[in-house]
Amino acid sequence: MNSSVITFPGSNCDRDMDVALKKFGFKNKMVWHNDNELPKSDLVVLPGGFSYGDYLRCGSMASKSKIMKSVINFAKSGGKVMGICNGFQILVESGLLPGVLLRNKYLEFICKNVFVKVNNKDNSYFKGISKDTLELTIAHNEGNYFCSKDQIKEIKDNNQVALSYCDENGKIDENQNPNGSIQNIAGIFNRDKNILGMMPHPERMIDQALLGEDGSVFFKNLINNIR
Amino acid sequence: MIIGEQTAIEHGLKKDEFNKICKLLKRVPNITELGIFSAMWNEHCSYKSSRLHLKNLPTKGKNVIQGPGENAGVIDIGDDDAIVFKIESHNHPSFIEPYQGAATGVGGIMRDVFTMGARPIANLNSIHFGSPQHKKTKNLVRGVVHGIGGYGNCMGVPTIAGQTSFDESYNGNILVNAMTLGLVKKNKIFYSKAAGLGKPVIYVGSKTGRDGIHGASMASAIFDEKIEEKKPTVQVGDPFTEKLLLEACLELMAGDSIIAIQDMGAAGLTSSSIEMASKGNLGIEINLNKVPCREAKMTPYEIMLSESQERMLIVLENGKEDLAKKIFDKWNLDFAIIGKTTKTKSIKLFFDEIKVADIPINTLVENSPTYDRKWKKTKIPKKIKISKEQFKNLKILNVLNKILSNPNICSKEWIWQQYDQTVMGDTIQKPGGDAGVVRVHGTNKAVAASVDSSAVYCWAHPLSGGKQIVCESWRNLIAVGAKPIAITNCLNFGNPENEENMGEFVECVQGLGEASSYLDFPVVSGNVSFYNQTKDIGIKPTPSIGGVGLIKDYKKMVTMELKESDNILLVVGKTEGHIDQSLFSRDILNEKNGPPPEINLFNEKNNGETILKLIEKNLIKSAHDVSLGGIITALSKMCIKGRKGATLKKPKYLINLFEYFFGEDQGRYIIEIKNEDFKNVCQILEKNSVHFDELGIVNEKELIIDEKSKVTIDELIKSHTNWLTNYMSK
Repeated sequence: MNSSVITFPGSNCDRDMDVALKKFGFKNKMVWHNDNELPKSDLVVLPGGFSYGDYLRCGSMASKSKIMKSVINFAKSGGKVMGICNGFQILVESGLLPGVLLRNKYLEFICKNVFVKVNNKDNSYFKGISKDTLELTIAHNEGNYFCSKDQIKEIKDNNQVALSYCDENGKIDENQNPNGSIQNIAGIFNRDKNILGMMPHPERMIDQALLGEDGSVFFKNLINNIR
Repeated sequence: MIIGEQTAIEHGLKKDEFNKICKLLKRVPNITELGIFSAMWNEHCSYKSSRLHLKNLPTKGKNVIQGPGENAGVIDIGDDDAIVFKIESHNHPSFIEPYQGAATGVGGIMRDVFTMGARPIANLNSIHFGSPQHKKTKNLVRGVVHGIGGYGNCMGVPTIAGQTSFDESYNGNILVNAMTLGLVKKNKIFYSKAAGLGKPVIYVGSKTGRDGIHGASMASAIFDEKIEEKKPTVQVGDPFTEKLLLEACLELMAGDSIIAIQDMGAAGLTSSSIEMASKGNLGIEINLNKVPCREAKMTPYEIMLSESQERMLIVLENGKEDLAKKIFDKWNLDFAIIGKTTKTKSIKLFFDEIKVADIPINTLVENSPTYDRKWKKTKIPKKIKISKEQFKNLKILNVLNKILSNPNICSKEWIWQQYDQTVMGDTIQKPGGDAGVVRVHGTNKAVAASVDSSAVYCWAHPLSGGKQIVCESWRNLIAVGAKPIAITNCLNFGNPENEENMGEFVECVQGLGEASSYLDFPVVSGNVSFYNQTKDIGIKPTPSIGGVGLIKDYKKMVTMELKESDNILLVVGKTEGHIDQSLFSRDILNEKNGPPPEINLFNEKNNGETILKLIEKNLIKSAHDVSLGGIITALSKMCIKGRKGATLKKPKYLINLFEYFFGEDQGRYIIEIKNEDFKNVCQILEKNSVHFDELGIVNEKELIIDEKSKVTIDELIKSHTNWLTNYMSK
């Protein structure tokens, strides 16, 4: 299985993602933001970090970078594109996913473990995953997902909510919402479910020593589905 | 412009220092030259008050690859891997402008580390604020924490441990000490010593602006009411550019183009160019028109003294210019050939084809002033007699509750959550334990690091205090199962021209040296920050020690949370009930006098090494060092983290429970062991002549001190976690 991880100037989870993808069996290539063409890929990943410093709205500069033209074409023709954290922000800024990511409700960067509920298993990211809730790390300053009333209705009607912040038993309520996201949204799909954006970092929890292995659960399942 | 004594004094130089400059140059310096002298001769860069004492510190050891004198220290961790690390202060700027001050402190220390070829793998920090009631404190806490997070998070380097304290002596001078660890292959370490004649001198990174001019001089003076005017001396950080600079430098370092490299930190282009030339015993010539500038019409004086961040100076091999330029172009960074090395042993600067400075390097470095300042010895204070009356009305659980919610003990989660702790995917022990631990990527090894200080002990008796912090650092590393290797120190003190402050410095350094020498825990890097003083009020002496240790097999790492009910708890090390200068004595009895706890280096070493033996044999399930707040505080933290309780035994000696539970005797650990290992552990401890006491047994959910004193873990958690969050949200 071939995957590509895009490195933007300021990406800082690109190596971690490379390590994770390779660990679970992907043949991964690192792709520079200034390249024009994507290598042949079954999955393209936009990693976390601070692309171009994120001095403008997070992800907005990256969404206009050279490589994004091919990423957008790839996604529009049904290719699987996953954005984690800053990658999610880039997907939203490119218009590949609906809504926006605002600054966290309490205006502070948050790094901690959270539980997220897997809302939809009828797609190639979560199909057959053994768990209903995953414990993953978040680390972001702008993860407060927001969209218009019409958009949220559409998202819900199409079953596009991928992950929601919840407690360890899968209960979704405001107390478990770390950043103020509308309806506790931690990750969403596009209409066709080939594009996934999420704030949590599965690549940081891929072995026992890292205080949790639900990232492994995610990646093992992912490669099975893509295979 | 006529340069005289007055101009020199405005530059922070003393009258006789100015006369010395004229003598050395055999003429009066021009303004650019005077600026350069003031930058090189200030306390921050020249160590003129501290040098005499620092040279007595032990700096060598079998694992030391590079001691003090380079951008950072380097230690050997086996298999061709080395760790580069250093701690540095950014106190003065952080008080004036907390966000940028703290951010550029973190940026500066990371640059020191990757200048040597190492990729930063962990950040730590030690931050000290005034009394929580002081009107400035809250904003300073918020600004500093945001600044540290803002920079470190963007760089993608995890922050793995730290220390935060509050004390009224920091009301007018907060402390921000930042530490970074980097990983490098032993044969790929880069140094700042220039070599060879006619080698191109390259400027890379950000453009030079007018920010931070005289930053290092500002950091070498006390504060007064004009402090607001000093804002322009604070640098402005751009972590994104530094991330690019890191990647570009490491890319260039993969080849063999670099002869010497030095980051532009304090005193910017001045100190970086002079240090490289001085170490190589060479001269250097710079054309200032070639320096990339952010603002128009910058003068030579401004260019030389700017402390704009994210810049590096490199001496390159001839013919490698194009290759290097290509890399910096790729990362969108400035690249300029600004000069060359020469045999003149002078620094010569040209601007608009006119020579604007010509100074022999040795006058700036070797001939810089050294002072043997007067200092006063601190006698060990008399022990305080505490009457039984004072204990009579105290209830142990009330005291425990107060201590757990004390600003210096309570959970600092509000702070850590704002730092990315897990990026790079190798953090195996996060902030809140005895030490932070990161794996050496792709290996079974892990590196532990901790940062500590005990200003109260150092204030009461600097010699004991100096020893104590080194011991505490050592203990924190042992408690996670790491073999301590070396330390870095950040020595924060008041005004060295005051005999008492100077005495605190001298004796703290002496104590520190004694302990690190005895424990074979050498000092490989560090910095000194004097003049942490506003008008005539100085801070408590606050040396911060950053310790680094190695865990050969990360699976053997130990954490502090209690693991399993019915396991046995032991206190390793002798409890004497020393409560003078303890948190209990100061905050509960309101007694601020008396001596700090005594340090017994033999016991410290022996206890620590024995604990490591037990860990090596997998006999320890959890461990925690006993420090501030004594046994019961340490145990409560183990309970809180493990969501488990403990049933305590009645102590065999020491009838006064407050002394037993809250005393701060040194060299102690609490360990959790399995029932079936009890005999074996006792034998090993006895064989090694280590004193230990049975403390109690782990249970599911209550801390039971005796029949009358019980508290649930939920209540302990409440006491421990709420203070800081409530304080910051009010």
